[in-house]
Amino acid sequence: MSEGEFWNPGMELLSGEEIRNLQLRKLREVLERCLHSPFYRQWFRDAGFEPRKLAAMEDLRALPPMDKETLRGGDPRRFLTVPMEEVVRLHSSSGTTGQATVIFHTARDIDAWTELVARCMYMTGVRRRDVFQNMMGYGLFTGGLGFHYAAERIGALVIPAGSGNSKRQIQLMRDFGTTVVHVIPSYALYLLDVFRELGLDPRRDTSLRMAFIGAEPHTESLRRRLEESYGIKAYNSYGLSEMSGPGVAFECPFQEGMHVWEDSFILEVLDPRTLEPVPEGEEGELVFTTLHREGMPLLRYRTHDLARVLPGPCRCGRAHRRISRIKGRTDDMFIVKGVNIFPMQVERVLLGVLGVGSNYRILLETVDNRDEMRVQVEVSGDLWHGEVRELNQLRRRIVQELRQEILVTPQVELMEPGSLPAGEGKAVRVVDMREHARGD
Amino acid sequence: MAHQVNVFARNQPGRLERLTQVLMEENVNIRAITIAGAEDFGVVKLLVDDPRRAHRALQREGFSAYLKEVIAVIMDDRPGGLHRVCRALGEKGVNIEDAYGFVVQDRRTAVLVVEVEKIPEAEEVLRSSGFELMSDEELYAL
Repeated sequence: MSEGEFWNPGMELLSGEEIRNLQLRKLREVLERCLHSPFYRQWFRDAGFEPRKLAAMEDLRALPPMDKETLRGGDPRRFLTVPMEEVVRLHSSSGTTGQATVIFHTARDIDAWTELVARCMYMTGVRRRDVFQNMMGYGLFTGGLGFHYAAERIGALVIPAGSGNSKRQIQLMRDFGTTVVHVIPSYALYLLDVFRELGLDPRRDTSLRMAFIGAEPHTESLRRRLEESYGIKAYNSYGLSEMSGPGVAFECPFQEGMHVWEDSFILEVLDPRTLEPVPEGEEGELVFTTLHREGMPLLRYRTHDLARVLPGPCRCGRAHRRISRIKGRTDDMFIVKGVNIFPMQVERVLLGVLGVGSNYRILLETVDNRDEMRVQVEVSGDLWHGEVRELNQLRRRIVQELRQEILVTPQVELMEPGSLPAGEGKAVRVVDMREHARGD
Repeated sequence: MAHQVNVFARNQPGRLERLTQVLMEENVNIRAITIAGAEDFGVVKLLVDDPRRAHRALQREGFSAYLKEVIAVIMDDRPGGLHRVCRALGEKGVNIEDAYGFVVQDRRTAVLVVEVEKIPEAEEVLRSSGFELMSDEELYAL
């Protein structure tokens, strides 16, 4: 087994031009394959799109983008380009914003996905001698199995710990010398308290050196805090079940944005309103076309995630373009004093200041003909030590950090535990009571 | 050492009613109560006969409650009683962060509850100045 820097140097070290040539070739194959799918035949016909006449990448824009609604619009088997018996697994998204969506995988799809995640992990330095503790949920959620198989493929020792049971997680880390974990950032933060309760310091009492964090919005400052408290490097991961799961984009050791694996995905950044490409480097909605999936390819799939492409080449030598952190989702953005704001930004800040499970609500009101934004946050018993002073400090800190993140100064109200509606779905988090809220 | 229960509460009608109802149903007797207010919320500080039971009950009912160590000093219920306690602490540079008192026996005995940052040091100062401090058990037995 090679111990070089690259898992798949042939793909990782392609130049920008080589990537574009490869994409065009693969895209033609994918479109050819799509002709076996009842859905795509109809989709092409409706758009007047002739896949065999595709001359350049730009020609793909003749097809309308698709999204979750497209996937939900009937039997998911319509998307298959292979007979059903070729399918070996299905994954399904969490369905937090509606009915679940299903993605079917053939054995080759699972293999290609595993290769991509292995490439990500290897890029950050995971090797055969590592002990990888996977603290993500297994099952329909792709985060668990995606990393599991990739770590095995690298040849690391995998501990399929799953989520929860904090004391056992720590016990496993200590018993087997875990060096790498895959974890939700808020859980990593929570686990610090458990370490402390047990009188342990992860820097001294574990062999941890790396963590992959994802599946949840978080700030750069929270990442740095985790790195410092655990004495590790923490890498950001991006993926979504419709694009197979993790392994779509990942940070390299330079931690300056996440490389999108452009040999396997065509990345477009579109203005969510006009669906036209945004100027290079500007923020827009990430839209992906799969180039590595045979069973259920997706063409121009709208993620509703907003990010931008970072300019220039990366110091690691990979030409695969990098994206910023996901700023928010197009479907829950709101505008206050002319500034676009996403609940995810508020959530990120609160997670950093308050830790796990902080329930919150955003109220938008018109006061003296002006927009006012009020953020109500529940204060749980373990957040303070009984002093008014602490609560005032907490409130000031939340206001300051929110102002930095969203560029608007909100009012922050500390609430009693359980006094806000439980956070089910994102819609209830934002209550718009402004006079122009309707029909504008 | 004595304990009081600090409870975070929104400044709105009905909150104290709910809080005192929980304590009543738990058969907890309130010896003294004070409220430290910010604008839209406050911290209710309760000296009760059984602080641990009160704390558990309030947490169970969803209140954000904290069991806080305080010093309960016995003082004379007559002019100058409080002054002597404050002087003892002030001379040794102990800052009182919050305090409240209540009378146990009219014109004889009162109790001053003091919140300070460094409790062991303040206790030592008071003891060496001849003051008597009360434990949770002694407060319970009042």
